[in-house]
Amino acid sequence: MSDVVEKTLTALPSLLSLDSQPGSAKLSSTSKLGALIRGITELTSKHEEEKLIQRELASLKDQVSSPNTSMRQMKEAMVRAIYCEMLGYEASFTYIHAIKLAQQGSILDKRVGYLAVCLFLNENHELLLLLVNTVLKDLQSTNLIEVCMALTVVSQMFPKDMIPAILPLVEEKLNHSKEIIRRKAVLALYKFYLIAPNQVQHIHNKFRKALCDKDPGVMFASLHIYLQMIKDNPEGYKDLTASFVTILKQVVSGKLPMDFNYHSVPAPWLQIQLLRILSILGKNDQNASEIMYDVLDESLKRAEINHNITYAILYECVKCIYTVYPNSDLLEKAAKCIGNFVISSKINLKYLGLKALTFVIQQDPKLALQHQMTIIECLDHPDIIIKRETLELLFRITNAQNVTVIVEKMLEFLNQSKDDHTTIDLVGKVAEIAEKYAPENKWFIETMNTVFSLGGDMIQPDIPNSFLKLLSEGFDSEEENRKLRLFAVDSYISLLEGETRKLPQRFLQVISWVLGEYSQLRTDLDPARVMTLLTKLLDMKQTSSETKTWVLMAMTKLCSGEASISIAQSVCDDHSSSMDTVLRQKAHELQLLSQDSALRGRLLPLHRASEPIEVDSSLSFLDAFVSEALAAGAAPYKPPHQRQEELAQEKALSLEPYALSLPINMSSCNLTGRQSPTPMSVSSGLSGDSTELSLKGSSTALKLEGVKRVWGKEGYLSKKDPVEEVVQAENPSSPSQPTGAGGTPNDKLTPRATPEPDHEKQQLASSLFIGLGSQSSVCLMEKSDPMVQRFRRKAKTPNSFSGVTERGSVSSISTSAAVDNLLCTNIPESASVVPEVTHEPSPPSKTELDASLSVDIIDSTPSLVQSNGVETPLDLTENEVTDKSKDECSSISLPAKLSGLAHSEITSLCSNQSMEVSACHVHKDDCVLLVIFILNSSDSDIENARLHVSSEQLEVSLSESPLQDIAKDAIAVCQYSLTVRSPVVHFEVLGMLSYQSSLDNQEVEFSYKLPLTSFIRPLEVSTEQYGTMWLTFSNDTKQNLALVTDGQDPLTDTLDLLKKKLGLHVVEMIGKL
Amino acid sequence: MGCRIWRRVQLEMIQFFLMVNRQGQTRLSRYYTDVELNLRQNLETEVVQRCLSRSKEQCSFVEYQDYKLVYRQYAALYIVVGVTDDENELSIFEMIHNFVEVLDKYFSRVIMFNLDRVHIILDEMIQNGHIVETNKSRILAPITAIDKICDG
Repeated sequence: MSDVVEKTLTALPSLLSLDSQPGSAKLSSTSKLGALIRGITELTSKHEEEKLIQRELASLKDQVSSPNTSMRQMKEAMVRAIYCEMLGYEASFTYIHAIKLAQQGSILDKRVGYLAVCLFLNENHELLLLLVNTVLKDLQSTNLIEVCMALTVVSQMFPKDMIPAILPLVEEKLNHSKEIIRRKAVLALYKFYLIAPNQVQHIHNKFRKALCDKDPGVMFASLHIYLQMIKDNPEGYKDLTASFVTILKQVVSGKLPMDFNYHSVPAPWLQIQLLRILSILGKNDQNASEIMYDVLDESLKRAEINHNITYAILYECVKCIYTVYPNSDLLEKAAKCIGNFVISSKINLKYLGLKALTFVIQQDPKLALQHQMTIIECLDHPDIIIKRETLELLFRITNAQNVTVIVEKMLEFLNQSKDDHTTIDLVGKVAEIAEKYAPENKWFIETMNTVFSLGGDMIQPDIPNSFLKLLSEGFDSEEENRKLRLFAVDSYISLLEGETRKLPQRFLQVISWVLGEYSQLRTDLDPARVMTLLTKLLDMKQTSSETKTWVLMAMTKLCSGEASISIAQSVCDDHSSSMDTVLRQKAHELQLLSQDSALRGRLLPLHRASEPIEVDSSLSFLDAFVSEALAAGAAPYKPPHQRQEELAQEKALSLEPYALSLPINMSSCNLTGRQSPTPMSVSSGLSGDSTELSLKGSSTALKLEGVKRVWGKEGYLSKKDPVEEVVQAENPSSPSQPTGAGGTPNDKLTPRATPEPDHEKQQLASSLFIGLGSQSSVCLMEKSDPMVQRFRRKAKTPNSFSGVTERGSVSSISTSAAVDNLLCTNIPESASVVPEVTHEPSPPSKTELDASLSVDIIDSTPSLVQSNGVETPLDLTENEVTDKSKDECSSISLPAKLSGLAHSEITSLCSNQSMEVSACHVHKDDCVLLVIFILNSSDSDIENARLHVSSEQLEVSLSESPLQDIAKDAIAVCQYSLTVRSPVVHFEVLGMLSYQSSLDNQEVEFSYKLPLTSFIRPLEVSTEQYGTMWLTFSNDTKQNLALVTDGQDPLTDTLDLLKKKLGLHVVEMIGKL
Repeated sequence: MGCRIWRRVQLEMIQFFLMVNRQGQTRLSRYYTDVELNLRQNLETEVVQRCLSRSKEQCSFVEYQDYKLVYRQYAALYIVVGVTDDENELSIFEMIHNFVEVLDKYFSRVIMFNLDRVHIILDEMIQNGHIVETNKSRILAPITAIDKICDG
């Protein structure tokens, strides 16, 4: 190995630097690329670099746009462009040329073109579409190298909407005779699985074939897919456990060809991959785990070669052993293995050992005891990374007994650390364990003081929030609450009396809130004194206006008594004309309330924070306003992401393949007259954000989580705890500028462990690892022992949400009414453009999808019986024919030819003394037949009867039996076939019958209504077609609906009702879209 | 055994691959997650500083923001790989060496500077942030084939 390294060491720098040796064949130092790199290497300042690159880009621009540039030159230019982008300078004008190069270049030029495309574009770039044709061509090339390239680029980057276009070709390659092609095809499918798992759903059996491929490389490639699929659904692949075990066994025992070895270790990365898969399969599954014990044991044993890569495998193996169902023998061996890691003199190994220990300690805290002295040593390790990892480990074994020592160690580290990211992380951890295990009030408050001081203004906002919440909610004992609050007040008073300039803003905000809320608890404390201290904060120039707001609010709570009021007055005078509107408002509030103590008492009762304030987070009080605005023509609310999507769609190229022009274009079919909704996704939401609901419905039921969200991403979610909302509401938290993050260090830091006495370390160890004894049955990691946990939060009263839903339901019309509106109201059809929406002939259905569709259509036909009556078109549950119509039409029956088909109820349309007209419609496969019955009820024959039927939205054509004379008591039957001209929710057919009876000319007019559903026919689509359609139809409509409240689960009930009434069919999507 | 909690939730993956010289100039960069062009320079500068500031006795893994950096030095050249916290650092550490050995095998006699070829080789080894091939001869097969055609 050392040979190789030597060689490498000498080769590499020259490889990547400029010192090209004379006589090197391929790089001419006079080439433009050579010149560019030379130039860059010689640069001394950023400014020069910028100048140089701008010049380079300008010359590139000339070169690529010149028609005389050859492909070879273009390739060279592309590499220069890659170089410029690598340095951070955009060269977007070359993107299109990269695609062209991939298209037209010969072998190497083409490869560079593909490479440039992968480097320049991201997955959503629209130019990628232009690559599809090239890829298609190359996939079909007879030149294997080209096929290889195409597959390589596809497995890195491909527009997901175009996958169907190349999928068959890629699948075909799975059977190719060359391993490299098969391997790359598998990797391409892996990419497809990552970006569009549902598109490769049907080829899972081919993945299995790849797994069993005779070539190990192809098998290795398929493991990527399996790892991902098993992560997504471990239960689905348990049957493969034995196969993976067999593969690992073969690899471990060296059955692979030699060239898979890396430093005599057989295919190490393959082993790691397999171990990862096994650990997921064996997790919480005894049966699966038992199959793998042997091979895990074998892996541990085999790893005797002293090389980093062996340790990397061992690490993965140990993790696996501790993840699967435990086996005591293996656990013991794994523990020993970790022990060797941790005490190793190789620092990388030590690090990995600590990381492994941190992982396993969560299962077995006793292990920490075994290695306690090593851990202590690591705490004082000169390498900060090792220290950091050790603290991470200690964090995992914290309990009530060792918390003080561990926190002390962490704070010690924090005082030295200069890295913001680490500080924020660690401060959060200290706050977490301090809150959980604090032994006493004093310690807790002091620790939190340090947390706030050290964390500065970068601190995660939930730390102060949850601290204040803890103070205000308190624990079960009222006395304890009082003590803690008193202690906080005392501590803050003394802090404010000292040097306040270095305190971070966040901390000052916490202090102001606590003093405002609880300083009255200390009866011997004059409010005026607190006011004076707070005023000091207002006068400091580094205090942010956000903090000032907090201070003013605290003052508002405090100002009672002469002295306080006069302080308040002077503060108001200073701030009531502030430029900051919030601040000004607070100042005015203070002014007003300080003078009206009765109002203040009502508005700010003492300790109000402990009582949850009802917040109507659905903002239902705005409903009337919203509906008014909507009625007045305002655009409905769209959440930001939808707006962005729409913007993006406007800009993007159309992704719809032309070949698949779909007969039903639902996306432009109009339902509600707003936007351009689809009938498929009528969504319900309390007040708006419901797009997720219809887009992501991936399980059998419509997705329910989305509905609860009341606002968009950054919004205000009703699930939040009411008190927290109060805190947040008071806190207009925008991150304020950081002021010196150093802060006041904890004065209670212990002296650092001196190197010499082992005794001290022993002591430290006993204090660190206390409570981890082997007999302790308590699982420390679950941190659930109520006795250990000091600050137990009160159980929260679940009041906010139920309130919200109730209020929501009163606010607007009931759901069923809304549904009725949806289907019945005649909505102007101006926006509906697409003809021939629904009358697609339906061949016998084959796919499951079709089957269910057609069944449903037939099922629902009886319900359409009364479709001419606006009163009850929706009452699908009552399918029975009403007695009345039965009586009326009993004598009328359909012609024999039609009687087998589904048809609606025969209803009477109009009648006079001489005749009765009734009608029904019959569902034929290719159209709807309107059958009109004319009963001559007069005593004489009717002559010259002429029937004229027309409709605005329908094509009406006479299909049979033109009218003649109608004999007495006879029934004439006319049939008209109806096809849709433009879709609306309800179609109306107008008819006029003129006839001669008893020498009189008579005319009768009637109308007949049909619902849209009568025209809908099953459409035969393949799963692939459906997949593409699904994407193009992801259009949304929005309708505010109130929930049905009589059932147990209002949401599900509402959705069920919607499903039933609208005839929606839930489509199950498997996997992620 | 109580419930098993993974330390962090992210999937194990490689997020970027950098080759940098001692002056901090980037020689090659490949990102496997979306990092905007204008942020890359800054990230690279800080990453290099992080690694350069460490001595040989210190371990080869550093934290930087949400990344774990695994780095290896070859004379004046640093190779730095940013990975997620779940990734097996040591296996990445060795993957870097494997990559260098592959470069060494390919560029052994003809010493040259070819950004595109290094990229092509890297593409054979890492895709979508995962190690897809480690067998040296197979990694080099496509580029060697291309060379043959170009020469012949």
